[in-house]
Amino acid sequence: MTDVEIPSTSPWMCGNCNLPLEVASVDVGYMGNAFPVKLWKCPQCGLVFIPEDLALGKMVDVEKQLEDK
Amino acid sequence: MIDQKELRELEAKCIQECPPTCTAACPVHVDVKAMLVEIGRGDFTAALKIYRKAVPFPRIISRLCDQPCKDVCKRGEVGDEIAIRDLERACVEFGDTSSEKPRPLPKRKGHVAIVGGGISGITAAYEAARKGYAVTIFETGSVLGGSLWQIDKDFLPAWVIERDLEVMTTLGIEIRLNTPISGDIRELRREYEAVYLAVGAQIEEKFDLERDEHGFIKVDPVTFETSAAGIFAGGGMRWGKEMHSSITSISEGRRAAISIDRHLQHVSLTASRDNEGSYTSCLYTNLEGIEPLPVITESDGWRYNQDEAAQEAKRCLQCECMECVKVCEYLKHYERYPRRYVREIYNNLSIVKGTRYANTFINSCSLCGLCGEICPEDLDMGEVNLRARREMVKQKRMPASAFDFALRDMAFSNSDHFAFSRNRPGTDTSDYVLFPGCQLCASSPQHVESAYEYLNARLVDSHVGLMLGCCGAPAHWAGEEALFNQTIDRWRSDLYAMGDPMVILPCSSCYQVFKTTLPDVKIVSLWEVYEQYGLPEYAQPVSRTVAIHDPCSARRERPVQDSVRRIAEQLGCTIEELPLSREKTVCCSYGGHMWLANPQVAEKTIRRRVDEHPADYLTYCAMCRDFFSNQGKRTLHLLDLIYGEPTDDRAARHSPGWSQRHENRARLKRKLLTTIWGETMNGSQTYEAIRLIVSDEVRARLEQRLILTEDIQRVIEYAERTKRRLQNPESGRFLAYFKPTTVTYWVEYQPQTDGYVIFNAYSHRMEVPGSGES
Ligand code: SF4
Ligand code: SF4
Ligand code: SF4
Ligand SMILES: [Zn+2]
Repeated sequence: MTDVEIPSTSPWMCGNCNLPLEVASVDVGYMGNAFPVKLWKCPQCGLVFIPEDLALGKMVDVEKQLEDK
Repeated sequence: MIDQKELRELEAKCIQECPPTCTAACPVHVDVKAMLVEIGRGDFTAALKIYRKAVPFPRIISRLCDQPCKDVCKRGEVGDEIAIRDLERACVEFGDTSSEKPRPLPKRKGHVAIVGGGISGITAAYEAARKGYAVTIFETGSVLGGSLWQIDKDFLPAWVIERDLEVMTTLGIEIRLNTPISGDIRELRREYEAVYLAVGAQIEEKFDLERDEHGFIKVDPVTFETSAAGIFAGGGMRWGKEMHSSITSISEGRRAAISIDRHLQHVSLTASRDNEGSYTSCLYTNLEGIEPLPVITESDGWRYNQDEAAQEAKRCLQCECMECVKVCEYLKHYERYPRRYVREIYNNLSIVKGTRYANTFINSCSLCGLCGEICPEDLDMGEVNLRARREMVKQKRMPASAFDFALRDMAFSNSDHFAFSRNRPGTDTSDYVLFPGCQLCASSPQHVESAYEYLNARLVDSHVGLMLGCCGAPAHWAGEEALFNQTIDRWRSDLYAMGDPMVILPCSSCYQVFKTTLPDVKIVSLWEVYEQYGLPEYAQPVSRTVAIHDPCSARRERPVQDSVRRIAEQLGCTIEELPLSREKTVCCSYGGHMWLANPQVAEKTIRRRVDEHPADYLTYCAMCRDFFSNQGKRTLHLLDLIYGEPTDDRAARHSPGWSQRHENRARLKRKLLTTIWGETMNGSQTYEAIRLIVSDEVRARLEQRLILTEDIQRVIEYAERTKRRLQNPESGRFLAYFKPTTVTYWVEYQPQTDGYVIFNAYSHRMEVPGSGES
């Protein structure tokens, strides 16, 4: 999971805090495993942005790998 | 859990790896199939290599062999048998022998005496020498080869014998000609660690060994050991002059050499020596539809040229079973056959640490039982896969995502959104109860209403109740035994409370569940009821041609299949039968959750089925109908014929998407409760009121991603309430995420006065911070 590429700019800002998102390391977990991933994140409330291709690509692969372990 | 012993039993059931009849009948088991492939390709050198693996003296034997293989060749049942020996001769003739040096193993301790230089003796000598033993042949005459020299020279020229026997010298075998051995054979045995007697049928021998009632030396039929340890005997001397089979002599020489090796290595002579000589194969080969072909004749009237040999070899059927694989796209997709599959499944279940590669394989089977029906040995991969799934659930190794969607669909059906059981108003027991199941109500709720009305009108003197819900089949297929039992218990106690009515079932999957798990409950298919009580007046015959697709769960229900056909005829249908129908029908891919676990295999399965006949299909399972129709096949449900508007093109009806299916069930319940029982449904969730505006394109995407309207409503409800959402400063659109249970859904939307416009949605199962209260 650590090698995911995220877009260099985020089209989204936090609608809750009205702040631009910042790249930060976020823990993404599944079945008792956690991976630090660099993601766009609201510096104040912690909302994150998972792009569609990450959700439907790399994440699905990792889910399957962990489920078959 | 499947244990080792059971695994072996299952493996043994699949006879696909049994050798073809030709190879089994061959006393030395030439791999005829493989050899003929090479000849068919014109590669005689490769073919010769295969032949020589089994036959040490190919030039001689390819002229002399009495071909027990040919007598049992399956091609003979559809045309002439393959001319196997003539093709072997062609290998010898056209194959390149320059690389044919036999390589002996490293030298081993032990000296073997062979008495008799005939074909059996020299075979034993050859094999023993190749295993690395020192070998001495004692031959009475002045040449090796024995009776070979008596054969007509035109048929077996001297050079052929000489050329084939050169290998004896190459192998360093000591040959003592003009050296008769007689009298006390035990004396020879004292000098050599093992002795093989093979003096042939011609010579009258007087060895002092135990004999049978015909005077032949007694030998063990498997090991060829005589009454004296370390002394073996075989070949013509055991059969007398009447019988002559060079290939059997070779077989016995080789088998004696195996015994000699074991004797010298001090290991068991008898362990695992099944099927060493000629035997009957257990392979099944279906000859249906194979065009008979005559044997290719030699244009010179004597022997094949290369072209003719290739033609003849191509007539070989390449015998195998593969009956189940031929009919099942799933078995075909994974490119093996059940004998291998059961081993993979067993391995998968046994893995303690490491990746379980067969999970998707196990979960992709439709559990339809067709393979068991087709297999000559009744091996049902559906049963094996179902057991494997149960085991995975027990081991807590079932991938969480595998059947989640289907189990949530079932949970919805058995929640208050849909499930309810009621006697007819004004009664407190029922004689009958209609159980339409979940998917028919999802697909054609209006037909369910009509059917219930019909039952009440026709069965005037009886009380007909109604039970809505999902029978539990999805849990059963997923291997979730506890959930399945819990579901079944619920139906059992509801039925008990209604006075044990007879259950009327339109859906064959529900029918199977009730039949197999609630044997005390009286059941009848809705179709049999229509037949018995007559179709509603409303139903008018329209003449049309249909091909009947029986649902796989109705495979073993002849009376149901018959009722359906008779009703269809009453409704004006001319019926065509599909190539695989009734007990041999094919699953639509809904069964066993194949469609969910493996969309690719599911698509192949449906495509193959819908391409079998150009006529509109008629079926009596809502899912078969909807899956076929989604693939563009015009398909009718039997209820479409009974209740559809005569003016409608009922076969072209679109099937509802997954969200609509929920909606249809919920609405059906609400409607029936109000109109028949005068009750109102309470307690709808706040999010259900959220109105979505979705374009067709986005809707199709959501459908494909298995994202339901309610999933989106929940995200929006959460985001709007908590204001936890991202926003695009340019477009003003929001992107919010929320995890109601196990899946996190992302929705891109924009509020509007009359609702929310949905632009996109996607989901994942990995957990990220901020995905909701839960
Ligand atoms: S039908 Fe299938 S399972 Fe049965 S013996 Fe043949 S290959 Fe094996
Ligand atoms: S058809 Fe081919 S594989 Fe089958 S028995 Fe004959 S030679 Fe053997
Ligand atoms: S899909 Fe049906 S025919 Fe194929 S393996 Fe499974 S149970 Fe057998
Ligand atoms: Zn924020």
